[in-house]
Amino acid sequence: MSSASVGELVSQPYKYGFITDIETEKIAKGLSEDVVRLISAKKEEPAFLLDFRLRAYRQWLQMEEPDWAALGYPVIDYQDIIYYAAPKQQQKKASLDEVDPKLLETFDKLGIPLSEQKRLSNVAVDAVFDSVSIATTYKEKLAEHGVIFCSISEAVKEHPELIEKYLGTVVPSNDNYFAALNSAVFSDGSFVFIPKGVECPMELSTYFRINSGDTGQFERTLIVAEEGASVSYLEGCTAPMFDTNQLHAAVVELVTLDDASIKYSTVQNWYAGDENGVGGIYNFVTKRGQCRGDRSRISWTQVETGSAITWKYPSCVLQGADSVGEFYSVALTNNRQQADTGTKMIHVGPRTRSTIVSKGISAGHSSNSYRGLVQIGPKAVGARNYSQCDSMLIGDQAAANTYPYIRSQQSEADIEHEASTCRISEDQLFYLQSRGIGFEQAVSMMVSGFCRDVFHQLPMEFAAEADKLLALKLEGSVG
Amino acid sequence: MIRPDAPVLLEIRDLHASVADQPILHGVNLTLRAGEIHAVMGRNGSGKSTLSKVLAGHPAYTVTGGSVLYKGADLLELDPEQRARIGLFLGFQYPVEIPGVSNLEFLRVSTNARRMEEGEEELDTFAFEDLVNEKLQVVQMDPAFLERSVNEGFSGGEKKRNEILQMALLEPVVAILDETDSGLDIDALRIVAGGVNHLAGPDNATLLITHYQRLLDAITPDYVHVMAHGRILRTGGKELALELEQRGYDWVDAEPAVLEAV
Repeated sequence: MSSASVGELVSQPYKYGFITDIETEKIAKGLSEDVVRLISAKKEEPAFLLDFRLRAYRQWLQMEEPDWAALGYPVIDYQDIIYYAAPKQQQKKASLDEVDPKLLETFDKLGIPLSEQKRLSNVAVDAVFDSVSIATTYKEKLAEHGVIFCSISEAVKEHPELIEKYLGTVVPSNDNYFAALNSAVFSDGSFVFIPKGVECPMELSTYFRINSGDTGQFERTLIVAEEGASVSYLEGCTAPMFDTNQLHAAVVELVTLDDASIKYSTVQNWYAGDENGVGGIYNFVTKRGQCRGDRSRISWTQVETGSAITWKYPSCVLQGADSVGEFYSVALTNNRQQADTGTKMIHVGPRTRSTIVSKGISAGHSSNSYRGLVQIGPKAVGARNYSQCDSMLIGDQAAANTYPYIRSQQSEADIEHEASTCRISEDQLFYLQSRGIGFEQAVSMMVSGFCRDVFHQLPMEFAAEADKLLALKLEGSVG
Repeated sequence: MIRPDAPVLLEIRDLHASVADQPILHGVNLTLRAGEIHAVMGRNGSGKSTLSKVLAGHPAYTVTGGSVLYKGADLLELDPEQRARIGLFLGFQYPVEIPGVSNLEFLRVSTNARRMEEGEEELDTFAFEDLVNEKLQVVQMDPAFLERSVNEGFSGGEKKRNEILQMALLEPVVAILDETDSGLDIDALRIVAGGVNHLAGPDNATLLITHYQRLLDAITPDYVHVMAHGRILRTGGKELALELEQRGYDWVDAEPAVLEAV
């Protein structure tokens, strides 16, 4: 690879780095009990939710920011962040035609058309812009099946009993520092409820867009699948390029009752900062699913390519007998990105099973760590886990680490862990090139081959997208 | 097949090249015309393999002087993939394994890259399967190898057959086969040589790089060149290979080069 062409490839810009010029309503910087009350008041929330927020805020004040992850970043000043921002057009419109065309245009540009004519035919989308959900497609069609898919703010108003019943039951407000912060100030996110026996008729998807430069993002997502229900849900995320860092601390809670299943996929492409590590999102996310019912199943698939810092461990608590947890992950870091990500599989019930497939790709000067816990409780007779953690290094400046933790209190459990590390070599690339395959395509073929086991798990519409995204992210990283 | 009026496909003039600042080629001259089969022989370290890598455009090798014309145009300014697309093929001595990349998909992408360059239609999965099944017979290869990752877990012989399969699919104008015979047992050698003979025609040229006479028993060269110290010191017909077999390489060094390269 000649250095000239490496240069051309490196300069490939982040496609989603634009800023939408739109009037937003923001509150003043800083966090206090008053701010928490103000957010709750703005959203006209019932008392139980304000109490939830205040309890979380008080707990957060007593907590310390965790420092055990293999991540290095400057101290975050929590008083220098705006905790609420929303596009001026406040009231959620009855019809999409009334939504500010600038917002629709933004999502168009991101490849998520929302208007009737252009929207994806088999995917319902909830579009969240800064802290607020601006539109949800196919709501009526889903309602015919009894499926609720709306923003969490809307759910608080229209289905308060469901929110009160499930919110904070999987990730308690004092679970960890970032979850407590989120519980105090969360702005919006998606709510999904699939009633007993219903198989959700289409893919559900939430698309998160950060637009403001000084605003923290605190989404809250809650998905409940009742007995025998099933749903596949996908979230996507992008943000403009700023030379400052934005904090993103989301919480996602999943609940499955007997025989229910939730498949949760993420394609995370927050702005990652430039090649010198200036700017980018700090992504501190708590995602957890609870298989409450027997024979229920929760599957996490994530493709993590963005963010300057990623701190994220989508987990499964396998309570119900014979319940199944899965975690399929591709985490790619380039330039100065740092990722500390993995999963926790907590086996509580008997004969619970979990599968972990993690593929880490590190390029540039980045650092990519897998951190995973497999815990088998005393009652988890016959529990089984299979873990596979593979790392691929591109270039000679990147780091890959694996931190597997295995704790078993059950002698009748079966735990397998496999790990490997490989490197894309110049000779492999040359071999493909000498068969007429261009450099970029050669890298992309090798990377998608490496990630195949995970991409297979993504909904069809997004697997090809994920492939392209990785190729784009890696451009210029080999040479 | 020597035809003095056949068009020149590859013309190497006074080629100098180095790897990691170590000069390896010191002025190689060689001309390949359509229809010809050339063999380049020489000891380990004589520069044979370097010559093949330089022609294919390996990034670790730097050309420090001279020129290479491919059908009259400068070859050296092209990226490796571009060289392949216009019809230059390198059969590797040690084909690398590429885990996770399906052999079938690899062959298809590669074949299409070459076809598109020639202005031919891209082959879809089904059309390509028909083509590849036909070409598999050239190397008597088990279709099961298509389903595996590129060269992964292939034996030495299987890897070489896979190389010749690629050659059959790409239909190169100039094929350079680097030590294709190394690591092959007699049967595999016969099959690989059969494939090369089958593919050699009046419109293309083949450059065999080899250590031993035994490949040349199966593929009859029009010219044999002896390489030493990064240059071609001697050129002759197929009988030169036999002479080398009997006398070893020492006499090449001892006697001054009497023949200019063709």
